[in-house]
Amino acid sequence: MNIAVASGKGGTGKTTIAINMALSLGNVQLLDCDVEEPNANIFLNAKMEKSEDVTIMIPEIDEEKCDYCDKCSEFCMYNALAVVPSKVLVFPELCHSCGGCKLVCPKDAISYRERAIGRIEHGYAKGLDFYHGILNVGEAMALPVIKALKKKVNNSKEVILDAPPGTSCPVIETIRGSDYCILVTEPTPFGLHDLKLAVEVVKHLYIPFGVIINRDGVGDKKVELHCRNEKIPILMKIPHSEEIAQLYSKGIPFVNEISVWREEFIKLYKQIQGEIER
Amino acid sequence: MKIGISSTGKDLNAQVDPRFGRCQYFLIVDIDTMNFESISNESAMASGGAGIQAAQTVAKAGIKAVITGNIGPNAFQTLSAAAVKIFTGASGTIKEAVEKYKKGELKETEAASVSSHFGMGGMDRDFGRGRNL
Repeated sequence: MNIAVASGKGGTGKTTIAINMALSLGNVQLLDCDVEEPNANIFLNAKMEKSEDVTIMIPEIDEEKCDYCDKCSEFCMYNALAVVPSKVLVFPELCHSCGGCKLVCPKDAISYRERAIGRIEHGYAKGLDFYHGILNVGEAMALPVIKALKKKVNNSKEVILDAPPGTSCPVIETIRGSDYCILVTEPTPFGLHDLKLAVEVVKHLYIPFGVIINRDGVGDKKVELHCRNEKIPILMKIPHSEEIAQLYSKGIPFVNEISVWREEFIKLYKQIQGEIER
Repeated sequence: MKIGISSTGKDLNAQVDPRFGRCQYFLIVDIDTMNFESISNESAMASGGAGIQAAQTVAKAGIKAVITGNIGPNAFQTLSAAAVKIFTGASGTIKEAVEKYKKGELKETEAASVSSHFGMGGMDRDFGRGRNL
């Protein structure tokens, strides 16, 4: 089974849920897809042994063949190419690697070269098969790194994907194709606001989903009421407890110290399995 | 000699637009005759690379210099490659800016005066992370 953990709002506890669930189950592959700030490994301390670059293709101009006709820059909707008299400029950070400039060039003056925008790393920790992606500082496009990560998905394992916050392309790319999506929220007006946005996304992608309320006890009851009214299953509530908060503050997954939670996550997994089969 | 000026309107009495890539219009002014034409800046609403596109537009008009308020790094690079001189810090009407230019009161810029995305203002609070498509 392939489960994505997403949220809408940042800081609700996606990584906490993903890690604690991963550590409670056996035969798990965990992918940290929040490539702009991959921090799951703070909980795991996996020694990352393998690293591979993620590259995108960007155009290179053969100035011998180019006659500065301007077709490439006219074509490029991202303005990654500029043609001025007797010079073509390439702005690599704007290029989306669509390949269109090469197609429209009448002089065959455009070739492509690889440019690294990030990397993915792999390691093992506590029996977990763990991957994370890292987008280089200054890069605008997270998707190629997330796509490279998802190529590593091993469907013979229980796959857990830790998604970035928000509702834009990196989130969609992460959760797309998952069997189930857990939406983590907190019981506050902010949590509810962004939860509603996240629900729209998963519905649009036809992914079955349920909600985990983290820090239950703070805020108000509006998240719960909303879920009840909309018939969204509340899968689990994690109390706003000092013990859990303290473990978090030290980077310790709470299932390692409070073993009843391990059972809770196994139950959660079985419940999700049931939801999917239903 | 022709120069290009970022403008909020279509004639010489319009105000200089302080933004280069996302200005409304460019006025192309022949400083010897004061004849002019206005070009609508199609890159004003571009999702990215507005400065690059605007720089190509004005460079094609055959100008030798650009007068504007501020300029970003990509537009600066593109105009420099096109051998167009850049004068920033201009304000007031187009006519006033041209007069100042003629008197040599505007200073030529050697580098970008603002960082990327400057002209996008507060339109999009997340613009730095938004180009993920």
